[in-house]
Amino acid sequence: MMHLEQLPPWAAVIIALFVVVGASLTLLGGVGLVRLKSFYQRLHAPTLGYSYGTLLIILASMLMFSLSEGRVVVHELMIGIFIMISTPITLLMLGRAALRRDRDRKLGHDEPVPPRRRTEPPPPDIEADAGVDEDPRP
Amino acid sequence: MTAELLRFALGYAQIALILALALACWRMLRGPRAQDRVLALDTMYSIAMLLFLVIGMGNGNVFFFEGALVIAVLGFVTTVCAAKFLMRGEVIE
Repeated sequence: MMHLEQLPPWAAVIIALFVVVGASLTLLGGVGLVRLKSFYQRLHAPTLGYSYGTLLIILASMLMFSLSEGRVVVHELMIGIFIMISTPITLLMLGRAALRRDRDRKLGHDEPVPPRRRTEPPPPDIEADAGVDEDPRP
Repeated sequence: MTAELLRFALGYAQIALILALALACWRMLRGPRAQDRVLALDTMYSIAMLLFLVIGMGNGNVFFFEGALVIAVLGFVTTVCAAKFLMRGEVIE
């Protein structure tokens, strides 16, 4: 723990603030992931951790290693840029998959890819719940 | 003084991130449909990446950074493949 004593006090205050706020926002995203009701609301909760948590913890890490090693350390920016590129792609694909699965369930076919021609009408008991829980299909 | 402040902040951050990891794990185990589980798994990947960064800051070790980068890349690939599988029923068409 020798590297922690070498930091100047203003840097220690800034690093502590960034780390605490970033970790708290990530924890808040986890709480939202548990407490929100439908999937489309839960899709928004962990983006707190993706955006603010990653940004603040990366800034704190860059500041700490730059000051303790005496040179400019910016390789944490790689993680930041990668998260900034990859998170919209993953959440967009996940949201589209969820939309498609909900539409398939509402139309009544079980396969992920809908069949070309449907003969029987959809069962009448499933049009009330859009994205709400408690259905036996995994 | 500065070392105690930083040690307290990093300890709090580790506890908060582990708690968030536990909450995401609860959602992944319970989640009513498959997309909830995939979302919780992606969240767990990102929280584990942040936890590696915080542990690396506490140790003063730069090599935790590579672990965090590998976790980020693996989480991206895993989630894209799982979302593609949920959407089409197959990964490579």
